[in-house]
Amino acid sequence: MRRAARTLAGNGVVLLALACGRAWAAGAAEITELKDAPGRDLTVGRCIICHSVEYIPSNAPAMNRAAWQKTIQKMRERFGAPITDAEAQQILDYLDANYSGKS
Amino acid sequence: MAAADQTAGASAALERNGRAVLRRRELLLAGAGAWLARRARATDAPSTAAAAEEILGALPGKRPLIQHAFRPPNFETPLGDLAAPFTPNDAFFVRYHLAVIPWVDTASWRLEVSGASARQSLSLSLEELKSGFERVSLAAVNQCSGNRRGLFSPRVPGVQWGNGAMGNARWTGVRLRDVLRKAAVAPGALEVVFSGADSAVLPQTPPFVKSLPLERALDESTLLAFEMNGEPLPHWNGAPVRLIVPGWTGTYWMKHLIAVRIEPKAFDGFWMKSAYRLPTGAFPGTRFLSQETPETTPITEILVNSLIVTPLEGARLKRGEHAEVAGKAWDGGAGIAAVEVSVDGRRSWREARLGRDLGRFAWRDFRMPIDTARAGPLAIAVRARSRNGAQQPDKLTFNPSGYHDNIVQTVNVEVA
Repeated sequence: MRRAARTLAGNGVVLLALACGRAWAAGAAEITELKDAPGRDLTVGRCIICHSVEYIPSNAPAMNRAAWQKTIQKMRERFGAPITDAEAQQILDYLDANYSGKS
Repeated sequence: MAAADQTAGASAALERNGRAVLRRRELLLAGAGAWLARRARATDAPSTAAAAEEILGALPGKRPLIQHAFRPPNFETPLGDLAAPFTPNDAFFVRYHLAVIPWVDTASWRLEVSGASARQSLSLSLEELKSGFERVSLAAVNQCSGNRRGLFSPRVPGVQWGNGAMGNARWTGVRLRDVLRKAAVAPGALEVVFSGADSAVLPQTPPFVKSLPLERALDESTLLAFEMNGEPLPHWNGAPVRLIVPGWTGTYWMKHLIAVRIEPKAFDGFWMKSAYRLPTGAFPGTRFLSQETPETTPITEILVNSLIVTPLEGARLKRGEHAEVAGKAWDGGAGIAAVEVSVDGRRSWREARLGRDLGRFAWRDFRMPIDTARAGPLAIAVRARSRNGAQQPDKLTFNPSGYHDNIVQTVNVEVA
């Protein structure tokens, strides 16, 4: 019923990812589950420095590779996200492969 | 009561600019032990798989709302909670850009009023703000610029709001104008700049700072509010004091207000120069000239709009039984002149009955009986008209950030 707390190695951040089939909510929790594919842990690890990752699946219908590239660039250049060039490439590949819903 | 809850929840105190001691609660763990619920999203086309389910989450002091993001918190009011004339405080939508959100200690909070165009600097406690100026109440819609972005076609990036990044409340506070006059506005003042107590995780991230044209700041309706629907402002809606800019979209309604600066120059921060902008000339409304370029201009007033609260999309109405269409209509402050309803796919229109006028910045209830004598599908559309003659359009004016969706909406029901 309840998923165990998961530690994201390298970030020292403990996230409580609780999910349950209850019909009504009595709290709110950070969603950290993204599709399990190469690049996921890096993507989650960098994005959650500033924001939870619900934005990624919810924005998928509006995104393609070019849009993800623009978003990653905005996060790095405008918002100061500490992401190296090599990491940006891996994050782009992961997001494009798993969350590009726009034709 | 609310303040006591907030203090009890605080886990750390920090000095902020040497002015006020603010208590901060670590949001990351605030949801420990929480439950999540998922349910079908009625407002979306079934084909948009990623938006096909929505998550409900309850922030401390809030009832379950549609959770678009936990951190920073972005929670939307479900349609059913938009039915009342005044949206309950615990159901009112929550919208933040940056994740460090202090639980402000009202006893040590101060509002600093200064700037290059202020002849005198002020530092006001909450008590001084409340007792030193005339108290004013008004009803006004607070609507996020990106309300309905999730309904945009083609889809655009950003928080995928449905219809509920809005609400109507009675706001009580003092006029910003009276406070600015006490600081003595110098000739040559151009903009008034607002900062809140919330901030970014990274020092490189632009702080959320917004400005208004001087004339809008001096408008008698622009308030520094400390009450919402007769209660102290809820934490998640900007306690202890937020800016109220009736008729303008929510981006200007600075929460957790701590600083007001009167300036002779256009403020050039990210949230004015790069965000919350529209193609110049694409939409009606007041022009924010000191921030306008030939290409883009800041969003300003809310456009005339309406929302069908009942019936819900896909509802089955019993043949021969009483049924009605009801909802809300609002605009940027001219007030609503008429609301028309079509039940035949926009071929013919009839005027709905309007509810009580709560003020020109509030939304207006409307209702009209539905004829259920014959079985079959009904396409119910609603269009509002403003007292300034503006009417909701049929076609969306596309803009890359997904603002100003005020197109006529249709709800499909079945009489059986």
